[in-house]
Amino acid sequence: MNAARPSLILPDRPPDQVVTLDEYLRLEGYQALSKVLKDYSSQDVTQVVQNSGLRGLGGAGFPTGRKWIFLRNDAPFPRYVIVNTDEMEPGTFKDRVLVYANPHTVIEGLIIAGYTASAEKGFIFIRPAYESSAYRLEKALEEAKGAGFLGKNILGSGYSLDLVVHRSAGRYICGEAKGLIHALEGKRPHPNIEGHLTSQGLWDRPTIVNNAETLAFVPSILRNGAEWFRNLGKRPDAPGNKIYSISGRVNNPGVFELSFGTPLSEIIEEHAGGMCPGYEYKTCLPGGASTRYLSKKNYDIGMDFVSFEKLGHGHRFGTGAVMVFDHKTCLVGATLNLMQFFARESCGFCTPCREGLPYMRELLQLIENGDGKEEYIPILKTMSGQMSNAYCAFAPGAATPVMGLVEDFAEEIQEHISQKKCPFKP
Amino acid sequence: MQPEENLENLKQKIKVADHPRELAVEVMFTLQKHYGYLTDAALLEGAELLGMTPLELEELATFYDFIYRKPVGKYVIHVCDSTICWMLGHQSILDYLGQRLGIHPGGTTEDGLFTLLPVCCIGYCDHAPAMLINGKLYGPLTPQSIDSILEELRAACPIPQEGR
Repeated sequence: MNAARPSLILPDRPPDQVVTLDEYLRLEGYQALSKVLKDYSSQDVTQVVQNSGLRGLGGAGFPTGRKWIFLRNDAPFPRYVIVNTDEMEPGTFKDRVLVYANPHTVIEGLIIAGYTASAEKGFIFIRPAYESSAYRLEKALEEAKGAGFLGKNILGSGYSLDLVVHRSAGRYICGEAKGLIHALEGKRPHPNIEGHLTSQGLWDRPTIVNNAETLAFVPSILRNGAEWFRNLGKRPDAPGNKIYSISGRVNNPGVFELSFGTPLSEIIEEHAGGMCPGYEYKTCLPGGASTRYLSKKNYDIGMDFVSFEKLGHGHRFGTGAVMVFDHKTCLVGATLNLMQFFARESCGFCTPCREGLPYMRELLQLIENGDGKEEYIPILKTMSGQMSNAYCAFAPGAATPVMGLVEDFAEEIQEHISQKKCPFKP
Repeated sequence: MQPEENLENLKQKIKVADHPRELAVEVMFTLQKHYGYLTDAALLEGAELLGMTPLELEELATFYDFIYRKPVGKYVIHVCDSTICWMLGHQSILDYLGQRLGIHPGGTTEDGLFTLLPVCCIGYCDHAPAMLINGKLYGPLTPQSIDSILEELRAACPIPQEGR
């Protein structure tokens, strides 16, 4: 382990080498679980997690400890815990690498979450494209069970938890927590559930849903303390570590576990090996497809929730999945591709999303083809704003890159319209 | 394990499940593996196993990308067409595959070996442009690598030449 940059959840070696149970135990694995079961009440665990400043790393950034507190002491049984490994946000592949390389840290985090919620059953919800990871997770569950960390009466504590891997069949909306609940229940995964999942989740019972990376940090927080974890971050308001996934026009795309708040420029230049030869940095989507294009002037921004909240103007940190675009790539074309994705992946449950996204896609297609008109620009802007009327966060997320294109890269749209063709095509 | 055994295991699992519907996707995957795709008969069989109406299961079957309600080839090629793969040459990859196989996206080769399906981000942006064939990752792709991949898969599954 690198002392200057401790890697908590991603092993310091090629990511396709799996951490076995033996190795995980040598790295103090399952010690947090054993400590928690022996000495900690549910409130104690929640308090430590809350003090650590850990936030949901699936994109929303909701404080993890606070989510757990929502589950009331007198809530009915059975209760459930779910780790969301659906990860279908374009550009995002951190959880794939994580659960494959170090499945036990996710499982230990999930068992601790289960204990905190007094859950009796848990699910690892995973997309079909990650079958090799699903297989690894199943093996790891067997190993954990064999070693007494899972199943009936865990480590003699009296607490029992059953965990299974649930394979999904591939749709983006299943990653939305409420859509995920319906998917698990064998229903069409529309996100139409009123109220909080912590009181009415799976089968209408209290349920905690966390992202895989979020849960993976929980064991190290409980082993070393909240204060220690906070200090790993670049700033007091960016506590802990974060896995960044970098893709696009860089020399060394991949995942990197770094201090939370590491500057974008450092991630691109030092860790991702800089831009490919012959290409200049133009912009990036900093946290997956539903974040806003980041202007060149923000190249040194700290990659964390608070830095983006301060930036305002609809900017969000998202998943920390940086998609790097170069000066030869057309942003109208890129946004059109994103809208093709979102229009296709819309579950179709509510009207603004089902009707609005294809409409925006058509306008972008016309502009890209050279058939665009000036009046399309304000329409795109209005339509993007209207997406906030959709039922879940999918449609406003989908509109975010469109809004960024219209407001920050308007000259590219103008060139398409005035030249009556895509200026990036010969 | 034989497909029949898989099905038997699944029946046992459904019997002891608190909520059999939780197994709906697993049932569809298993039947699909058994029959090659989710046939009409398989859909009825699955619905009965799960205690769902055929319509309820059809609602799921038609929703998901990796459930096939129409016949597919022995190898199903899911080519990623989302942002990073798009930027790094997805279109030329898709065109090349179509040309080599002599089919359009959505089609199946006459010998029943390959089906070509574009799909949204498969989460291998660090290997872009990328594709999955029967769940296995291939990428970053070039025309040369596609040639050798197709050749290898053909060799692994020789189709008997039928006489006229």
